[in-house]
Amino acid sequence: MVNKEGRMATIEISCVEVWREISNYLDEEISPEMRERMEAHFKACAHCTAVLDGTRNVVGLVGDGRVFQMPDGFSKRLYKKLQKLP
Amino acid sequence: MRTTATPSQLQTEEANLVKRVCDGDREAFYELVRPYERLIYATAISVVKNPADAEEAAQEAVLKAFSNLAGFRGESKFSTWLVQITYNEAKMKVRKTHSHLYESIDDQSENEEGDFWPKDYADWRPIPSDLLEQKEIREAVHNAINSLSAVYREVLILRDVQCLTIKEATAILGISAANVKTRLHRARLLLRDKLAPGIDGCWIKGQPYRKVRPW
Repeated sequence: MVNKEGRMATIEISCVEVWREISNYLDEEISPEMRERMEAHFKACAHCTAVLDGTRNVVGLVGDGRVFQMPDGFSKRLYKKLQKLP
Repeated sequence: MRTTATPSQLQTEEANLVKRVCDGDREAFYELVRPYERLIYATAISVVKNPADAEEAAQEAVLKAFSNLAGFRGESKFSTWLVQITYNEAKMKVRKTHSHLYESIDDQSENEEGDFWPKDYADWRPIPSDLLEQKEIREAVHNAINSLSAVYREVLILRDVQCLTIKEATAILGISAANVKTRLHRARLLLRDKLAPGIDGCWIKGQPYRKVRPW
């Protein structure tokens, strides 16, 4: 929003609004204005920062290749199945 | 993943392999599928949950992809096409075994209509990724993912495990981009709650917080 002096002002937002956008924030799926508002909020709100950090942590863990390991011999068995095709 | 090739190189390379397979070269099909084994396995397990069923669904999907390869027109990425088949195959498996009847019952904060209220853990502490070397930590994350209901688990695995784009996820799940975002958001926050000490039941029960996360 543009204020009287013609400069962009950061509009404060509530915790609920921040939570709603946390996932989009991590994925960079929000407007620059929203990003700015959220960042201003994080600076002042320890709770929302904890939610953000926790969510980021969880996303990192899930994306780590070690969580979903294929069963031993998966490739070999798949290859065998393919060879058996008529 | 073939990280060295650019997307267009990859597409050309895959198109050549598809042509070879259609000309009767079966080895070329294996070459085509090999880089995506983990992708299809993770897709299958996001739907069926247990490793043995996931492997079976993944195998069936690959066999189906082989027999239908002539129908692959290259309009989407080969990996997306393969994931789509795997997803459908795994869904069919679930329907056959009726295991959806045993889906975890959503807790009240999973109501998709309203806002999600993340639980307030004042001392929520990050789990360093190095700890995934430990089997029990891997299992805790795994169990937490498995305890999500299917709609959240599937979108989480497509986006955060397989790193598919929102567009790819919408194509596979047959839902809108807005829905993908909402479900992903819910899935991530729920998982955060579940991985907090003592909440998910995955951590050693009755252990004080410090013992659960001594770091």
